[in-house]
Amino acid sequence: MKKIIFSILILIPIITFSQTQFKGMIMDKNNPKDNLGVYGATVHWLGTSIGAVTNEKGWFTISYKETYKKLIVSYVGYKTDTLTITSLKPIHHFLTPDSELDEVVIDARKKSIQKSFFKTQNTFTVNKDELLKAACCNLSESFETNPSIDVSFSDALTGTKQIEMLGLKSPYLLITQENVPSIRGAAQAFGLTFTPGTWVESIQITKGAGSVVNGYESISGQINAELVKPYNDSKIFVNAYSSLNGRLELNTHFNTKVSEKWQTGLYVHGNYRGEKFDKNNDTFLDAPLANQINVMNRWQYTNAEKGWISFINFRYLNDEKQMGQLDFDPSIHKGTTAFWGSEINTNRIETSAKVGYVFPELPFQSFGFQLAYSNHKQDSYFGLNVYDIEHESVYSNLIFNSIIGDTRNKFKTGINFTHDTFEELVNINNYNRKETSFGAFFEYAYDNLEDFSFTAGLRVDDHNLLGTFVTPRLHLRYVPWENGVFRASFGRGKRSANIFAENQQLFATSRQIKINNPTGNIYGLHPEIAWNYGVSFMQKFNLLERKGDITFDFYKTDFKNQVVVDWENPQEISFYDLSGKSYANTMQLEVSYELLKSANLRTAYKYYDVSTDYTSGKFQKPLQAKHRFFANISYETDITMDDSQWKFDVTYNLIGKKRLPNTATNPVNYQLSEYSKSYSLLNAQITKVFSKQFEVYAGGENLTNYKQKNPILASDNPFGPNFDTTIVYAPIFGAAFYAGLRFNID
Amino acid sequence: MILCALLITISVSAQKKKRNAKVSIEVDGVCMMCKKRIEVAALKTKGVKFASWNVKTHQLSLIIDERKTDTLKIQKKMASVGHDTKAIKAKDEVYNAIDPCCKYRDEQVVKDHIKQ
Repeated sequence: MKKIIFSILILIPIITFSQTQFKGMIMDKNNPKDNLGVYGATVHWLGTSIGAVTNEKGWFTISYKETYKKLIVSYVGYKTDTLTITSLKPIHHFLTPDSELDEVVIDARKKSIQKSFFKTQNTFTVNKDELLKAACCNLSESFETNPSIDVSFSDALTGTKQIEMLGLKSPYLLITQENVPSIRGAAQAFGLTFTPGTWVESIQITKGAGSVVNGYESISGQINAELVKPYNDSKIFVNAYSSLNGRLELNTHFNTKVSEKWQTGLYVHGNYRGEKFDKNNDTFLDAPLANQINVMNRWQYTNAEKGWISFINFRYLNDEKQMGQLDFDPSIHKGTTAFWGSEINTNRIETSAKVGYVFPELPFQSFGFQLAYSNHKQDSYFGLNVYDIEHESVYSNLIFNSIIGDTRNKFKTGINFTHDTFEELVNINNYNRKETSFGAFFEYAYDNLEDFSFTAGLRVDDHNLLGTFVTPRLHLRYVPWENGVFRASFGRGKRSANIFAENQQLFATSRQIKINNPTGNIYGLHPEIAWNYGVSFMQKFNLLERKGDITFDFYKTDFKNQVVVDWENPQEISFYDLSGKSYANTMQLEVSYELLKSANLRTAYKYYDVSTDYTSGKFQKPLQAKHRFFANISYETDITMDDSQWKFDVTYNLIGKKRLPNTATNPVNYQLSEYSKSYSLLNAQITKVFSKQFEVYAGGENLTNYKQKNPILASDNPFGPNFDTTIVYAPIFGAAFYAGLRFNID
Repeated sequence: MILCALLITISVSAQKKKRNAKVSIEVDGVCMMCKKRIEVAALKTKGVKFASWNVKTHQLSLIIDERKTDTLKIQKKMASVGHDTKAIKAKDEVYNAIDPCCKYRDEQVVKDHIKQ
């Protein structure tokens, strides 16, 4: 009530004087979020000597006559604007910095992978330039030039690449799309291949425990993909790709402004592979026949003056794959033992909305709300095994950001609600499950702005199957001397393992599925719980006037409970709760150095000790190399006057020997050695930029042409007792060449 | 009579000290190192909640709690770390101690930064 009286009292004098005075506020376009006025800007009526200067808050008052129509606003370092005034309503005007002063040429190129020196968490950002180095084609292949993430193969049929961080596969990583958990549940196996590379604007990778804001599931790290936004993506973008192994891809983006505040974008991806290859003569396709159509429509609302931003997304995906023997024809041979074949058909719809609000008067205070819905339906069969899954998911999160005292003490707090329903059909058994959880979190971040910062987060969740539990996570950062930064973190993660969806390669085997000692409530198993601890040290240096950095990381993941996936009996796959120990100790030493101007070298040595107590004894995780070496060299020529440029990129990987699952009880001709051999992989790409609009690229993968000789065990008897397509430790396809083009109009 | 009452209300409200007041002061400096020094010093002043210094305009935009601080106190703080403001100049010995890159009183240094 007081407020209303007060505002009426304030308004009266304005109305009284409004006949002769015109008011407005001048702000800086560079800091639209701050909404702080520009102090000392001059305004005057065109053709008159009547002028005024803005006060400390950016406001001016100038006398007004009806004949005055054009108001000139000027300020040192900013463009002079002429505004047409038609009413006496106070104006809010943003000044644009003068371009001559704005253009700053920086000699040292911005690196395409940026390790943060200032962030508390061990985070690095992969931007668009780096993503373009691996020309193909989706999120699962975006990490090949990145030493912190390892790419491995899930099976000999689908050719799907799996990613690992700190020695653990993607179910133990939290993969989010614009901070909404996305690759989870039913999407776990192929989800990464459902995000086209051109849709990705940047990727943030955090090693270790991560933040509590997005949930309790992450254990060894978080990967967040930011998608292209209608506001800053090219108006029209076209990317076409073709490879000699029969893969064709087409990506198109259209972005347009609908109104002053609304922008929209339509992104369409299609890929197709129709050619059959069997280079290793095992009667099985080396790569699946596949087609995918993937459509996304985004709407972006931006109102910088009022502090609102919003995104609305719609997405539809249809993906079809056919694997198996060359002569397999699904319309004839499905469900028979004439030929072994498999099909995986996926339909996914997704919609999400996000709203963010920054308080115009308080730039450090904001709130955000996210709501996402997805329905993921996979129908598939593998020989005579049938596997169908439908996963419906609702995710919502409300976050409030503010400070305590001043901006050195920030906090995030909020609540979230998630609901998942799973309906699975495994041969003749139905597994249905509902998961519902409510959670609340609080994360405090302190930064003394000099040499020390930390982030401490805590969340409490109430979950219908996992119970009520607390998730603490802590990250800290200390700068002991110039250009050196030390980081440490620890945290807890908990999750329900989707044993079939995460290990669906098991269906393309003759193995019996066993769940031992089922006493829990998720497939008879208990939730997985792990603690992750890590330390990291990075030192930047200057050697011979060139910049470089060296990073040492050590991380340990210690499972309190794990759903052990036991492949050690070649006739069975069994799942059981861990009894004993399971851990992943990882060490990484990485050196980056600018060899020449615009030529960067990045090398890394990685050591993984991932070990689990199985019922048959303690073993290293199968198909996991203990030693790995990585090197990447990239070189770019200077951009010429007509914007043309050459870019070169070469990546080398040395993968050490891997332990293979036990096959000792198989007949002799189906037995494998205890360890695989170590091997090298070489990828290279050349890009020729013709102009800002047009570029072409060509490259080769696996140039050393290393292949696993017999990726499918018992391929001669696929319906027999020893058939197994899961023991894959090296590429199946030899050297593969590709070429593509990118075209965009801004 | 009513007008009188109005004026009193307004003047009383104008004097009321705001918890989140936006103020802007001019602080001399030249580079990103100065920016950090200025912003950190500002935030270390009791009552300053938010600080952002613009290299181009030399404006230090602040959000302050007027019950705890005022622009004079902040200007004193600026001078104590070596940065001049309109009201208070930094002592020469403090100014001399700042990094050579930040010597904003030296015309040559300022020119060098503009060139970059």
